[in-house]
Amino acid sequence: MQDFSQAFVLAFESVFSGDADLIEIIVLSLRVSLTAMVVSCVLGLPIGAILAITRFPGRGPALVVLNALMGLPPVVVGLIVYLHLSRAGPMGSFGLLYTPTAMIIAQVILIMPIIAALSRQVLEDLNNEYAEQFRSLSVPRHAAIRALIWDARFSLMTVALAGFGRAIAEVGAVIIVGGNIDHLTRVMTTAIALETSKGDLPLALALGLVLLAIAFAVNAAVMSLRLTTGRYANV
Amino acid sequence: MSEPGRSSLLPLHTKGLTLEYDGARYINAIDLTLQTETLTVVMGPNGAGKSLLLRLLHGLIPPTTGQVCWNGVAMSDAIRQRQAMVFQRPVLLRRSVAANIDFVLGLKGEAKRDRRDEILDNVGLLDFARQPARSLSVGEQQRLALARALATEPEVLFLDEPTASLDPASVLAIEQIVTRAHQNGTRIIFVTHDIGQAKRLADEVVFLHRGELKEHSSASTFFSAPTSEAAKAYLEGRILL
Amino acid sequence: MKSAIPLLLAATLLVALSTSATATERSILLQSTTSTKNSGFYDHILPLFKADSGITVHVVAVGTGQAIKNARNCDADVLLVHAEADEKNFVARGFGVKRHRLMYNDFVIVGPSSDPAKISNFKTAPAALTRIAQTETLFVSRGDSSGTHKREQALWRSTGINAVAASGEWYRETGSGMGATLNAAVAMSAYALTDRATWIAFRNKQGFKIHVDGGKALLNQYAVILVNKARCPANKAKAGQRFVDWLTSTAGQAAIQRFRKNGQQLFFPNAVKN
Repeated sequence: MQDFSQAFVLAFESVFSGDADLIEIIVLSLRVSLTAMVVSCVLGLPIGAILAITRFPGRGPALVVLNALMGLPPVVVGLIVYLHLSRAGPMGSFGLLYTPTAMIIAQVILIMPIIAALSRQVLEDLNNEYAEQFRSLSVPRHAAIRALIWDARFSLMTVALAGFGRAIAEVGAVIIVGGNIDHLTRVMTTAIALETSKGDLPLALALGLVLLAIAFAVNAAVMSLRLTTGRYANV
Repeated sequence: MSEPGRSSLLPLHTKGLTLEYDGARYINAIDLTLQTETLTVVMGPNGAGKSLLLRLLHGLIPPTTGQVCWNGVAMSDAIRQRQAMVFQRPVLLRRSVAANIDFVLGLKGEAKRDRRDEILDNVGLLDFARQPARSLSVGEQQRLALARALATEPEVLFLDEPTASLDPASVLAIEQIVTRAHQNGTRIIFVTHDIGQAKRLADEVVFLHRGELKEHSSASTFFSAPTSEAAKAYLEGRILL
Repeated sequence: MKSAIPLLLAATLLVALSTSATATERSILLQSTTSTKNSGFYDHILPLFKADSGITVHVVAVGTGQAIKNARNCDADVLLVHAEADEKNFVARGFGVKRHRLMYNDFVIVGPSSDPAKISNFKTAPAALTRIAQTETLFVSRGDSSGTHKREQALWRSTGINAVAASGEWYRETGSGMGATLNAAVAMSAYALTDRATWIAFRNKQGFKIHVDGGKALLNQYAVILVNKARCPANKAKAGQRFVDWLTSTAGQAAIQRFRKNGQQLFFPNAVKN
């Protein structure tokens, strides 16, 4: 238990001393995972919306596959992306391996199924309520999708946060495609892995506490967004 | 209201209109004709198929067999766009009162603030414009749903028991708006199981029982001298299975 | 819409964060074993090289096996590992230009201070390992085809004992890096083979001590190899060669000599003078 108290003290000290390396790592973590979350929402929300309101043969199996993809192991995603971005791989000429862009790509692949699957459920539930009224008003499909997404925005914010949480917490994907390179691709989780492998457990724990605090801060910020615009909230 | 140069949707003809699910017939070979611009009330006991009939006439569900023709033209999406419907429970968007009207005006490309305020004012909801629609009372929400339907300037307006479980003041308000719309030329087809309401509103009555059209006559005839056994039982308050 | 403003702020922040500087300055990629990274060696050496050349060296530290594989995939400009046979193979197959001896230290066998198998009396690693096997005392192995693991396998071969047969019993293979393996050994109160540099820098010793060291069998030779541009046309061979040259030069070797951790010298330069 001594490690824990040491960790708390260390966490406070490193954050409030404004340790430049730590700040750099925190900023990169946020940059990678927030970008991945935004891109995944841009791609995943329309997929979820279309799956929510259209019926097509094979829809059932498609939903099963999508839900199953929520459980993609990060390290497997990392490996697959690495094989593609490696110089020996099909997309090696882009020189993306060991860059934050590669990390973003890996995390987008990781969390897009989560965004799509969960938003599908949210939007389908809402569509069950709206569908008949929309049909009566002859609302065109794209307007219906926009209306559903906007009306479900608070639930969808939670979905986005679920994706973000998965991204900022994972290490398997970013360590393979990023390489945990000092001042380039080191993020909170890979730094924790490194300190653990150096046996510096109190520091690793301290970084873990800082990571928790960051995740907490992001969630709190989005929650406050909900509250300030909550006059229209009913979901 | 028909636009100049566009033919009216009337008369409505249904021929052999039937709706079947899993071997059970919910609407059984209904032949119905609605001619003039009267206010039609559709009545019948619960389970008679009134709501289903409305949905068939509005093109929300396809019939198993039979046809729905509006002025000789088969039911289509284009025809449905010239109609509107108010459901038993108001389905409002999770936005402000004004935004709900803006939504339908936007569908037609005419989202103008003045028009929206005018619409809200006509139903007495202008003061609530910026409030969340779902924060209104059920009666007020239903008024909004009705205003929204009328905002699309439909030629035919269907109402599926819109005032069931509303307080008397709301019932009155809804009825007044409906009557006014009818006077302005909108064709009204109104489902109710409230005999008093039917007497207040109806010019003609369509009576359904177990999915079949049992009687179709003017309101005065129907209430004073019903001919079918089912209608007689219904008006006398007897339960007929 | 009132809700647009916080969203706009958030979006601006995101864009601002996203346009920060990336590795645009002159840089090369080094695939390396982990002991040089974990011991802080690169933190000491690389700034000196950058001051001299203006080149930033980006280090990806994985096990030796993975580092060599990555280099074969052209995901490296320079390779720095410690597995002589594999290194020579790498050059022989044309992936590397030339193998340069760089520096050495040694492997050590560490274990609990109580020394349950009483191996500190043994002078050589094979003898100590034989004793551990005979007493079936817990021993943790890398099990990951790294340089350290390959040395460990060679040592077992010289004893004639098949330790892998007891895998899961007294012989535990973590399949992990040196740090994770040491964490496991310490937690299990087991013996382990490690390179001295990682051990000195390791901060979770929990009373563990070095019980056996010394002897040719435990010599740990590091080498640096430039990846062959003929095989990997996109590589930065000039900058990579500059790095290799500097490391093996008088200046580089002196820098290696000067590197201390906890007051101890971790790596001993032994490049062949040109």
